[in-house]
Amino acid sequence: MLLIHCPYCKETLPEVEFSYAGEAHIVRPDRPADQTDEQWEEFLFLRSNVKGPHFERWRHLHGCGRFFNAVRDTVTDRFHATYKAGETRPDLSELLKDET
Amino acid sequence: MNKYRVKGRGRVDTSTPVTFTFDGKSYTGFKGDTVASALLASGTHLMGRSFKYHRPRGPVAAGSEEPNALIGTRRGPGRFEPNTRATVQEIWDGLKTTSQNKFPSLKWDVGAVNDAAYMMFSAGFYYKTFMWPRSFWDKVYEPFIRAAAGLGVAPSEEDPDTYASRNLHCDVLIVGAGPTGIAAARTAAGKGLSVVLVDENTEMGGTLLSEPNMDIDNIPAWDWLAAELASLEAAGVKMMTRTTAIGYYHQNFIGMVEKLTDHLPNLPADTPRERMWHVRAKHVVLAQGALEKPLIFHGNDRPGIMLAGSAQTYLNRYGVKVGTVPAVVTSHDSAWYAAFDLHDAGAAVQVIVDTRSNVPEALRDAAKSRNISIKINHTVTATSGRLRIKRVRINPVTDGNVGRGEWINCDALLMSGGWTPSLHLFSHTKGSLDWNDDLSTFLPKDTPEDCVIAGASRGLWGIETVLADGAARAAASLAKLGVSADPQSYTVTHDRTGSGETMRELPTDKSAGKAKAFVDYQNDVTAKDLRLAVREGMRSIEHVKRYTTNGMATDQGKMSNINGLNIAADALGKKQPEVGLTTFRPPYTPTTFGAFAGYHRGDHFEVERKTQIDSWASEEGAVFEPVGQWRRARYFPQAGEDMDAAVRRECAATRAGVGMFDASTLGKVEVVGPDAVEFMNRMYTNPWTKLANGRCRYGLLLGDDGYIIDDGVIGRMSQDRFHVTTTTGGAARVLNMMEDYLQTEWPDLNVWLTSTTEQWSTIALNGPNAAKLLQPFVEDTLLTEDVFPHMSCKECTVAGLPARLFRVSFTGEIGFEINVPAHYGRTLWEQLWSAGQDLGITAYGTETMHVLRAEKGYIIIGQDTDGTVTPYDCAMGWAIGKKKPDFVGMRGLARPDLQDPNRKQLVGLLTDDQSKLEEGAQIVFDPDQPIPMTMVGHVTSSYDCGTTDRPIAMALVQGGHAKMGEKVYIPMSDRTISATITETVFVDPDNSRLKIQPQV
Repeated sequence: MLLIHCPYCKETLPEVEFSYAGEAHIVRPDRPADQTDEQWEEFLFLRSNVKGPHFERWRHLHGCGRFFNAVRDTVTDRFHATYKAGETRPDLSELLKDET
Repeated sequence: MNKYRVKGRGRVDTSTPVTFTFDGKSYTGFKGDTVASALLASGTHLMGRSFKYHRPRGPVAAGSEEPNALIGTRRGPGRFEPNTRATVQEIWDGLKTTSQNKFPSLKWDVGAVNDAAYMMFSAGFYYKTFMWPRSFWDKVYEPFIRAAAGLGVAPSEEDPDTYASRNLHCDVLIVGAGPTGIAAARTAAGKGLSVVLVDENTEMGGTLLSEPNMDIDNIPAWDWLAAELASLEAAGVKMMTRTTAIGYYHQNFIGMVEKLTDHLPNLPADTPRERMWHVRAKHVVLAQGALEKPLIFHGNDRPGIMLAGSAQTYLNRYGVKVGTVPAVVTSHDSAWYAAFDLHDAGAAVQVIVDTRSNVPEALRDAAKSRNISIKINHTVTATSGRLRIKRVRINPVTDGNVGRGEWINCDALLMSGGWTPSLHLFSHTKGSLDWNDDLSTFLPKDTPEDCVIAGASRGLWGIETVLADGAARAAASLAKLGVSADPQSYTVTHDRTGSGETMRELPTDKSAGKAKAFVDYQNDVTAKDLRLAVREGMRSIEHVKRYTTNGMATDQGKMSNINGLNIAADALGKKQPEVGLTTFRPPYTPTTFGAFAGYHRGDHFEVERKTQIDSWASEEGAVFEPVGQWRRARYFPQAGEDMDAAVRRECAATRAGVGMFDASTLGKVEVVGPDAVEFMNRMYTNPWTKLANGRCRYGLLLGDDGYIIDDGVIGRMSQDRFHVTTTTGGAARVLNMMEDYLQTEWPDLNVWLTSTTEQWSTIALNGPNAAKLLQPFVEDTLLTEDVFPHMSCKECTVAGLPARLFRVSFTGEIGFEINVPAHYGRTLWEQLWSAGQDLGITAYGTETMHVLRAEKGYIIIGQDTDGTVTPYDCAMGWAIGKKKPDFVGMRGLARPDLQDPNRKQLVGLLTDDQSKLEEGAQIVFDPDQPIPMTMVGHVTSSYDCGTTDRPIAMALVQGGHAKMGEKVYIPMSDRTISATITETVFVDPDNSRLKIQPQV
């Protein structure tokens, strides 16, 4: 079971309090009606499916209820960072440098 | 009884005899014995039959890695367990054990014909032997395989034991309490850290329990051990025995199973059988030691043939001599010491056969001084003896040539092919391994977890060496925790260091094709099988493993993996690391389902939610059904009624008078805030801006892909407040989705969302008399068509209770839903019930609700929709706000596929023969087409006990909306049913029944 740091509660808590919510930084367009079929397909279905550090969303479902973002390595399951929804994507090379 | 017991040896308590049975026969051992050691003490080696060939087998090991000696244990009524390892099960007075996989008896077994027919069971026999003729499958092969599959018999009784689970947080967890683990614990103890030392055995000490003759720091090993354990305990180390670390999970989370009662004759009250420990450790020291490998030669599996180290354990730990005239065959120094111990205990060791050319002088001298015959550079080519080894055939090997064989009599054969480090938990951490050519084995390299591995589990040998390593590695661990420690040094005299060579199949002068040289004892996989698998094209060890089943039994290849890899690599002409090692997976040893389930069984398996009115329904004899986690009344049978009769009565009474329904489980979400209406416009398909206060509307919720997710009636209580209802099962999902969009896409909207499902009790009244019944309870509102028309809502007082009253209908009748604070639910229900007696009030359940709504063509999400259905597919385009700039799902609905006129669309079906269709039945346009037919849809809802004069159904049919009046066909196993496509509304299409008639 993973331990996850909630950036709102500022506590590291067991995975059972959280739920996974898919890839992060996929912004719903302001005016979906103006999207071409290709653009909409990209938004709706296409995900990066990376092997390695993955930007993803979690929700502290059984805690504060907030959605937040995380960088988790899909190979090792190690969390490199968690940060609040709406914050900019952290610099991956900086993060990985800290880890080693 | 204890003919093979050696006086003055072993740690069993000879002053406490213990009597148990094996296959109905009574045996006496001593407190501290396992079933295996007690049976061996009486001279019994034969304990089971093998899986495939039913060959007679005895224990080959003395611990949890045992592949052969699997028995059934009965610990009293209801307490039967198959496949227990006899080498682990402790004996107690009254324990009943049985051998397995034999018929009619262990000594005379019919299934042993498989042994003669071994050609049928070669590698991949699952895929070959039973392939043809095809007609044999049902009557011959499948029954045969089913009867033969598995070893023991599954228990038939419900498990009466309880199982517990507990959390444990500690600074240092040490897995394995042999010399390495004890030295590690010593290093960590007394430094203010919480330290846990865990071992799967009944007592701590590991190898030391089998090595009484050395001195540690000038103290006899067992005295040192006792003092050390006592001192560790006094220093606050948590010591856990009979506890197996079964799996190592992310971030130093370790699962451990503690066995609490299997060794006790009398069950203590309120004690679980097993306890699953969920351990979160800051640092872990793995000290699981090493497992001995068998040697591979023809007939290496007869009872009496066992690992040399295990024979040494039986002697020194249990005081049991496994034979009086044993022989030894080895490629490692360690077996020589086993031979010496047995000799010194009075056994006449017949010969030590060593496959190597170089054996240390000291060992040879020690053997000579005991007059033990030595055969260096020799091999073993055969054994004989039906139920127990009687003779072993040994041959000299010169420059790779096998010379003439010589038979030597013996009653036990001890073997050692060297030792394999236990890397199981290390591998669970995704730790990387390095192949070591000198040791011919994998050694641990890096791990992403905060963990070190020490001692024999990283290939070290000798007690002094591993004591030092345990201390040093633990000190390294502590350093990472910011604690400094000076690793203690130890002096061991009479230490038994040594080394060896790794062998594949031993050289032989016989035909390799006929050799039964077992690699995996539990799955009966031979060396020949592995080579055949390679010849037949298997290239990776993962394929070889699955094709031959090598390492796939419950022992998970603890003894067979490396031998199997060495042979496969040789057959492929590759280096072992190029062929790879199969993955170690938890659990380390077989683990009961009970330990995993813990408290979560029976009523505790899942939460059961009940409404405030549930108790009334229960008293009235309702039949319940689960809906999500809710328990809902399905119908209220009267005396002699089955479900159909009850539902028919409930439906009729509701359409004729008034029915009452507990709708409290409906999901409810309060949407509040200055931007509430904008939020609703964006979430739901419908337009909300113009919905007046006190009015409600049916809302449809889509995903951004355009498919229906949920629905429900939504009331506007005030300008900035919506009372949203959802489906019973969808409440949490809908709230989560709303929160998702609100928090992450539209954080600018000033809206609050609150789940109010459990704040309200909701009672639905439906039927022509609904208004008449309710009016006297509602003081401030006139329930007329003018004042409170269909789709109205308001906050008011009902029976003196604060209420939210809705005029809605899910039946097609005049309908009200009265929401009162939850705990008033039953009070209001009973008042309405009693007032309704004169009006023929009838309580109905979910089944009647389903029928009445289907008669009106109202959909149920998840029944008539399946996640690929759009509003247009359900002819619900009217629910879509066409002038809105956006809502969730709007762009999705414009996708080309969702515009296709030939999509599956929801229609009504009436069968031509007036029979009731099966829900889920497939539909075709042409019943005469060849099989496989083109299926064009399926029946989603079907009922025959409502208020219509014939069964009705709804179905999703390709292009169905344009096919009104056309025929479709539903092929069933016995006949094909024809049906006509209709509209989905079967009762009162113009909704005249929704109107409240003026009172005259």
